[in-house]
Amino acid sequence: MNRLGMVGLRLLQILPTLVLIGVVAFVLVRLLPGDPVSNMLGDHATDATIARLQAQMGLDQPIWVQFLLFVRHAVQGDFGDSIAYHVPVARLIAERLPVTITLAALATLIAIGLAVPLAFISAVNADRWPDYLIRAVFQVGLSSPIFYVGLLLLTVFAAALRWFPVGGYGEGIGDHLYHLFLPAVALALSFSAVIMRSLRASILAVLTAEFVDFARSKGLSQRIILLRHVLRNALISTVTLIGLHMGSLLGGAVITESVFAVPGVGRLMVESIFARDYTVIQALTMALAVVVSLTFLATDLVQMWLDPRAAK
Amino acid sequence: MSDTLLQVRDLAVTFETRRGRVQAVSGVDLSVRAGEIVGLVGESGSGKSVTLRALTRLLHANARISGQVIWRGEDVLALPENRLRAIRGREIAMIFQEPMTALNPVLSIGRQIDENLVAHGSLDQAGRRRRALELLDMVGIASAAQRLENFPHEFSGGQRQRAMIAIALAAEPRLLLADEPTTALDVTIQDQILKLLMNLSTGLGMAMVLVTHDLGVVAQSCDRVCVMYAGRVVERGSVEQVFGRPRHAYTDALLRTMPGFGPSSHTEGAARARLVPIEGQPPRLDRPILGCAFAPRCTHASAQCEVRPEMVDDGSGHEAACFAADALVAV
Ligand SMILES: Nc1ncnc2c1ncn2[C@@H]1O[C@H](COP(=O)(O)OP(=O)(O)O)[C@@H](O)[C@H]1O
Ligand SMILES: [Mg+2]
Repeated sequence: MNRLGMVGLRLLQILPTLVLIGVVAFVLVRLLPGDPVSNMLGDHATDATIARLQAQMGLDQPIWVQFLLFVRHAVQGDFGDSIAYHVPVARLIAERLPVTITLAALATLIAIGLAVPLAFISAVNADRWPDYLIRAVFQVGLSSPIFYVGLLLLTVFAAALRWFPVGGYGEGIGDHLYHLFLPAVALALSFSAVIMRSLRASILAVLTAEFVDFARSKGLSQRIILLRHVLRNALISTVTLIGLHMGSLLGGAVITESVFAVPGVGRLMVESIFARDYTVIQALTMALAVVVSLTFLATDLVQMWLDPRAAK
Repeated sequence: MSDTLLQVRDLAVTFETRRGRVQAVSGVDLSVRAGEIVGLVGESGSGKSVTLRALTRLLHANARISGQVIWRGEDVLALPENRLRAIRGREIAMIFQEPMTALNPVLSIGRQIDENLVAHGSLDQAGRRRRALELLDMVGIASAAQRLENFPHEFSGGQRQRAMIAIALAAEPRLLLADEPTTALDVTIQDQILKLLMNLSTGLGMAMVLVTHDLGVVAQSCDRVCVMYAGRVVERGSVEQVFGRPRHAYTDALLRTMPGFGPSSHTEGAARARLVPIEGQPPRLDRPILGCAFAPRCTHASAQCEVRPEMVDDGSGHEAACFAADALVAV
């Protein structure tokens, strides 16, 4: 099958996943103790007031009726209004999701940028001091909780040195990236440790491959051998890992966004869960599922580009 | 000799392993003249591949190489990296047993030829492409233009071996080191590849060291032959000399394991005989070998074999390291 066909098929496969996740999210939020109305009105509301508001929002209907209504609107692109913010959920997500995606993408770039050269230095000097040093530092990175790294970065680079803002998102793309840099670094650190460990192991394996000897026997320079012959083969297995891990970056984003006061979907999700903002939780869960699916698809495309054998 | 390209003296290779030191190759002398084909034969583990890789320092970090590898007046073992790189591929190229593992799976054949041309020549892109097409043609790969874009897994076994030869020969080396180039192939294809290599050697005036454990291959293609046992060259001479009147008990035993492969049948029609192992095992290489390494398996062994015999020339350029040399010939 050609590449375009493959991409189309994969996009189609996202749909059933999305439906399933939509159903699960819809049911799960309603199983949570408490409900949005009592949350909104507080402890002093009378039962009558609560019941009236619930009826107004359709929350008194049986769950399957609510679901059918939700589906009917959803297929028309209407995912309802946020119960807490009183704005369309779609608008809320459209505002917040790009922030988180930018944060995750920046974190991934930083993680790769750190991991690839260091994995090389480590592998080429395997079991000598540069290798030990790099692995020791990354071991610390891997085992440090994100909120701790975040607070540390804030204290040093934002509060003390004043190189970076202590939080927020700024205006304009350059300013956004500037604001997101420290949170991205916090998010990237343990991720880069994961990439670096995997890549170091792959590089070591590839270095013993006979095609590397053949490349050397041709009189190629060390640089070409490492970058063209070794790196590309070593990346094949690591790319899969990077793709899988980008999904869990979104989890880390919740913490990072809280520490750095970044207005992304991570924080929105947490706030919505506390407010029992059903519509936001449902829609956001589905939106994140789409993002994760597209990430996996992109990973597979990169993989196919790296490895012609996978394109079959 | 003036036309000697390669002169190896007292080559030794030791590997430092977790289980101790392995003396894979010792005291190897070898010379290759321009345009000739030298066979290197011996059982599996006798040090053929290690010898070949040592010549251009392709062994990994756990190997210690000593001795001299004189390539046209320079000692390859003492050269700085950049000089060594200029020799690799351009003057001495190498092909391997298994093209599937020796070719990079993620680079097209065209790319793997091209990088060789970039490293060793000054051709522009169009020139390099023309040369790459010419190379595929030369090794007998049809529809060269399409094949350049193909990846190794898109070729059949024989075609892959041809592609590897094309890559190795891109920069017109004077010497090709071929490590069992036909062993991994189907029998019918083995013959084609061997013929191809012989034709290329003749056509391009390129010398070749052909490693194999197939005596039939040596008989069919080589001018001279070195027999290796336990990391040493134990016999050396022209193919007629070594196969016709072996002067080492090991060579003699090898030839006797193959019916119809006696003194008179070493020419073109020789059976494509495979090497049938001799009784017993070759010695372990992780401890010093005293005396003749073959003695424990040898029917001619005597007390004097406890001291390692030196290589002795019988006066005609036929050398062997065996106390039974004269007795063997007399039989
Ligand atoms: N990297 C290595 N480390 C340790 N021992 C090795 C290494 N490479 C080869 N050897 C040993 O050297 C000996 C010769 O191997 P080789 O040259 O590959 O034999 P062959 O004649 O079959 O090509 C074998 O005993 C092998 O185990
Ligand atoms: Mg071998």
